[in-house]
Amino acid sequence: MLEKALKGSPRYWGWILFLIIVIGLCSLVYINQLIHGLTVTGMSRDISWGFYIAQFTYLVGVAASGVMIALPFYLHNYEKYRGLVIMGEFLAISAVVMSLCFVLVDIGQPQRAMNMILHPTPNSMLFWDMVVLCGYLALNVLIGWTCLESERQRVHPPKWIKPIIYLSVVWGFAIHTVTAFLYAGLPSRHYWLSAIVAARFLAAAFCAGPALLLLILYVVRKLTGYYQGDAATKTLTKTITYAMCVNVFFFMLELFTAFYSNIPGHMEPMVFLFSGLEGNTSLVGWMWAAAACCILSIILLVPPKLRDNKSLLPFTLVILVFGTWVDKGMSFVTAGFTPNAFNTVTPYWPTSSEIAVSVMIWSIGALVLTILYKIATDIKRDLSELTPEDE
Amino acid sequence: MKQSRRNFLKFAGISAAGLCLTPAAGALASGKAHPIVNKAHLKAKRWAMVIDTRKLNTKEQIEKLADACHHWHNVPKIPTNQDIKWLWDASYSESFPEQENNHMAEELEERRFPLLCNHCEHPPCVRVCPTKATFQRADHIVAMDYHRCIGCRYCMAACPFGARSFNFMDPRLHLDMDNLNMKFPTRMRGVVEKCNFCVEKLAEGELPVCVTKSEGAIVFGDLTDPNSPVREVLRKDFTIRRKPELGTEPGVYYII
Amino acid sequence: MHYGGKIIAGLVIFLALVSLPFWFNLGSAAYKQPQVELPKNEKNCIESKEYMRAHHMQLLNEWRDWALRDGERTYINSKGKEFTISLQKTCLRCHTSKEKFCDKCHQDAGVTPYCWDCHVPPKEAK
Repeated sequence: MLEKALKGSPRYWGWILFLIIVIGLCSLVYINQLIHGLTVTGMSRDISWGFYIAQFTYLVGVAASGVMIALPFYLHNYEKYRGLVIMGEFLAISAVVMSLCFVLVDIGQPQRAMNMILHPTPNSMLFWDMVVLCGYLALNVLIGWTCLESERQRVHPPKWIKPIIYLSVVWGFAIHTVTAFLYAGLPSRHYWLSAIVAARFLAAAFCAGPALLLLILYVVRKLTGYYQGDAATKTLTKTITYAMCVNVFFFMLELFTAFYSNIPGHMEPMVFLFSGLEGNTSLVGWMWAAAACCILSIILLVPPKLRDNKSLLPFTLVILVFGTWVDKGMSFVTAGFTPNAFNTVTPYWPTSSEIAVSVMIWSIGALVLTILYKIATDIKRDLSELTPEDE
Repeated sequence: MKQSRRNFLKFAGISAAGLCLTPAAGALASGKAHPIVNKAHLKAKRWAMVIDTRKLNTKEQIEKLADACHHWHNVPKIPTNQDIKWLWDASYSESFPEQENNHMAEELEERRFPLLCNHCEHPPCVRVCPTKATFQRADHIVAMDYHRCIGCRYCMAACPFGARSFNFMDPRLHLDMDNLNMKFPTRMRGVVEKCNFCVEKLAEGELPVCVTKSEGAIVFGDLTDPNSPVREVLRKDFTIRRKPELGTEPGVYYII
Repeated sequence: MHYGGKIIAGLVIFLALVSLPFWFNLGSAAYKQPQVELPKNEKNCIESKEYMRAHHMQLLNEWRDWALRDGERTYINSKGKEFTISLQKTCLRCHTSKEKFCDKCHQDAGVTPYCWDCHVPPKEAK
């Protein structure tokens, strides 16, 4: 099937070339980081994780969200998702690749990364995170490839793939749960030390991931004519609506526990995020903007009239993705380190190096996604299934 | 045909296994060569430290100990918040944030407290390390294997005491290379480090640097031995530990 | 044969690239074993010369784990003699120059062990 990726329009090749140039330029910044060390980042002794790990966390969520399509389609035979399921799986592949890259650029001795396998340590959540992420990548490659190949040959997928698909559904929940456990089991990081972190992560993933998918598919439709169908979009938007409501609800549970209990350790990270602590207000503007976006997205999603308004939906999805990204991809990690172990505040802001290296990884993800989507849409075109029959 | 292919595969497999084993066999060629524990090694079931903050409580006093420690272990002085600290000083509220009180004794508010790795009984840093680069020895010292550390900094997120430092840059950029302690290595860029309770000194029958330099303000010994110097002091004076509510069981006690 | 010309051209380019090191060294002098500077005050290393030459890296790996991880810092060699397990305090006490000893072979073999990123060779500190 790979040959499909080798034949394309000048526009396709232009985009690929553009991505490769961006990756090349930004990789110079990464090489600089390899030479000088993580000193080029804004991280410090007190805030020892930053933007990289936050992006990793957000993207694991995007990867896990493929489950929201695979589950109805494979477990409940929801046929309307036939055109959507492969797109979800391929987005998951690209997201897992990006999250693994983000871990790799974050470690101080990347050439020793294999020590995780040479000296496996089952009591470390990072070890399990590596296991579940690599496993999820393998599962999605296997399932996506096998199902698309059978579709191309106009046969049913082989029987042995069914149990693997069921496994991948459970595995999708597992990757984000384990990622939450990275944080939720650490003493003295009050913002993270909460039983609801895994649930919060899953809820945020199940609204943000499908929203991102729908936004990408708008572009895909413009470029290739591929459309997943109104019915699929409507159902998936309902999933997004429920997940977003649950996500905001879970966050309010955190607020209640922190402020009704009046325990300083639990309140301080929240205070830091929404009004600043010891004069440090770096995230306050972002948090209020994100909160406004989250609430507005719910207002625009809950009434069916607004939710099914085709011209309004892209806007709603954009603000939803922004709101959840600020929550998980910007503030979650920093707030866990604020206040620090000495109950004081150390400022953190990503440096231009961190942003450039992140752009490199996002571009790698975009490249992987472009190639996979090119293959998928070409095959759908060959099968004359670019748009669903009920359109 | 089929049979012979199977035989070939078997043979190839055994040969490959043999190739893997050869280096190991070579390493064993030295016969009965083996390591033992130094005869002079100071032994304990659980090393612990008691710091008398009535005697040791000014910035200057603690800096003197920190300088000695940092010089002995080749710890660089970095003037940013990406610095390395094995032993340092902090205020009462920074050291014991959960045990802060209103209207504290003025003298206590002014005291500085020496902070270092607590060598916990249940160390979260060891629990989270994905490569066993940080591990707990039989004598409960939490040690670091800098050769194995991949620099993921998970241990720094897990440590509630801020006892760990990451080498964001090559530490030798900030070390006086003409004035190194030749009996101890430096570290390299990209690994985490922290106080090691001077295991290398204990192995030679000596006490940790800060203990010998403290003029009696720091006592060091076996917590499980009722006759050890630490137990003697603990019997006499009121002590507190940092963040005891987290259940890590720190091994550093402070006399207030 | 379809694409016969292209396949052959590709093979030729591949072979040329693979054999590049040989072409590169053509005509240069034959390899000579490096002359390392041996300690003047000490006749015997911790193990035999042949063993050290072949296995010093495995030995150092074992030393590292024994000393650091197992806390066993005394080495009893195959003849029963005791040594302190330490690169800086034992090896480098006799082999006082990294440049004239370690580097000689490492350079020829094209290996750059990162021991020296942490362990301090005597000369460097002056």
